[in-house]
Amino acid sequence: MEDLLIIGGHSFRSRFILGSGKFSLEQTKQVIENGGVEMATLAVRRADANSRENILDYMPEGITLLPNTSGARTAEEAARIARLARELGCGDFIKIEVIRDSKYLLPDNCETIKATEILAKEGFIPMAYMYPDLNTARDLKNAGAAAVMPLGAPIGSNKGLCTRDFVKILVDEIDVPIIVDAGIGKPSQACEAMEMGVDAVMANTAIATAANVGKMARAFRLAVEAGRAAHLAGLGRVLENRASASSPLTGFLED
Amino acid sequence: MKQTNHMEYMDDMEQIQSDIMPRVLSSVNSYDYNKYTKTDALFALNKDNVSIRNFAALLSPAAELYLEDMARKAQAETRKHFGTSVSLFTPLYISNYCENHCVYCGFNCRNKINRGKLSLNEIETEYVNIAKTGLREILILTGESRRMSNITYIGEAVKLASKYFSTVGIEIYPLNSDEYAYLHKCGADFVSVYQETYNPNKYEILHLSGPKRIFPYRFHSQERALMGGMRGVAFGALLGLDNFRKDAFAAGLHAYFVQQKYPHAEISFSFPRLRPYVNNDGENSGDVHESQLLQVMLAYRLFMPYAGITISTRERACFRDNVIGMCATKISAGVKTSVGGHDEDAKGDAQFVISDPRSVSEVHASITARGLQPVYTDYVRV
Repeated sequence: MEDLLIIGGHSFRSRFILGSGKFSLEQTKQVIENGGVEMATLAVRRADANSRENILDYMPEGITLLPNTSGARTAEEAARIARLARELGCGDFIKIEVIRDSKYLLPDNCETIKATEILAKEGFIPMAYMYPDLNTARDLKNAGAAAVMPLGAPIGSNKGLCTRDFVKILVDEIDVPIIVDAGIGKPSQACEAMEMGVDAVMANTAIATAANVGKMARAFRLAVEAGRAAHLAGLGRVLENRASASSPLTGFLED
Repeated sequence: MKQTNHMEYMDDMEQIQSDIMPRVLSSVNSYDYNKYTKTDALFALNKDNVSIRNFAALLSPAAELYLEDMARKAQAETRKHFGTSVSLFTPLYISNYCENHCVYCGFNCRNKINRGKLSLNEIETEYVNIAKTGLREILILTGESRRMSNITYIGEAVKLASKYFSTVGIEIYPLNSDEYAYLHKCGADFVSVYQETYNPNKYEILHLSGPKRIFPYRFHSQERALMGGMRGVAFGALLGLDNFRKDAFAAGLHAYFVQQKYPHAEISFSFPRLRPYVNNDGENSGDVHESQLLQVMLAYRLFMPYAGITISTRERACFRDNVIGMCATKISAGVKTSVGGHDEDAKGDAQFVISDPRSVSEVHASITARGLQPVYTDYVRV
């Protein structure tokens, strides 16, 4: 049976989602092809049909657009940006980002839940960027989130899966797709997240800051595929670095 | 005649609760940039999170030795936070009437220059012409004259601008928070106010009369703008008016403390240097060399890697082309510093001489030639 990623009733073979804001538009097509990407984000604030450089013109056909609400500071602003995305013809997927911290760009979980609720009721397919917190993830799911997108590390930091243990809790407890978004700095980190059981990985800065973005996109695709394959195969027992005790603590048992 | 006390508010000037000014001024007062060593500079360069003390070291003469290392690290930080994006905008002067007597400025009220003010029809013609070049961000400027360019006039200009541009910024005289709220409602989201110098004693000598003479009212502009709902504020000093290291340190701290108090605020910087200006060709400050200007810009990028940095048209094209992507994130194009001038003849004289007269297409081409991405719109008004 084909291993598909299903978000809001839509199926994807690729589990590598591309963030698109940080590299030159001319490179978009190459990155998408090399990365085997089927879904790419699009900052609504960058999309302007009348503008000289419109990101929408660079998206290959067949790509599912994931417009984001970057720039929103409240749920209401996020909702308005989402509606604008729909007017622009970007479809029903919406990545909800609500940020009111200009320094670290950490998401505001409370406002994100509110925005998810508003937009799910309007027929959007909300994918919620969030700080990995179990209670928030449950609320997001109940509010209608089609996917929960915990951050691995602060956006743009390339620091990897700093929130590993908390993302793992979401993987274990939340039954909508968990997609690690932000902080993934290299393919090995994407692989680690996939091995752990997240459903997909999103990256942008890691590719944009590479010496060769096309090659790095390919490396990410392979890493995500390897991590997914390892997860499906079931990781073997990982022996820790300790010897077996010569007198076992349970040696007293008779039957 | 007794001069106005430059530290005392005039009637009608709003006073807000803030401890940021005394914090900045006391830190700058005790900033002795000569006490920092090469070791301090290297230590600062190797830090992940640059502290205030590290920032002070990066602005010191000792750090000049490490300019290339600073540039490399700054470029990596810029790439992490902004990718390859470089935003484009243009300023539009709609009026150059001014009631201030600032001894260094071409628009000052004692200077015999051609004064002018655009009508709303003329403003719209300018907008149409600017929008034709592809630009979607505009910065509206006026001199400081509440009589000749009042808030209602500026508000109407902003409302019109929001029809043509996705981002509208204002660089006008300081306002009270309710006036900022009004202009925000009209469609403006970003406010630039430069303190010129953070040394109150020097400030007093340079600003002889007019409302601008009041140091603390100008200092608190960014806070009042944010209280009025503006989304972003720009900081800066006119480097060369006083000791540039101290002024650069002060502007950085000012922005840092404002960001701490208003975490949502988008912070940006601009670093003009003194340039020759009308009726005063002889006074060209040679105080701040290009390498020192670059040192300041790099120190800011490392101290506040998330902040926008705009590179002034006062600098030559080659310098501007090289700092975008390295530390600067925004560049003006198709610039006129006269009143109007994007269509017919300008209605008033220019404020200063620009060094990079390139059109939008030319600046666009030089951005892409460096492998960077020109960004025309990066904002949605909601």
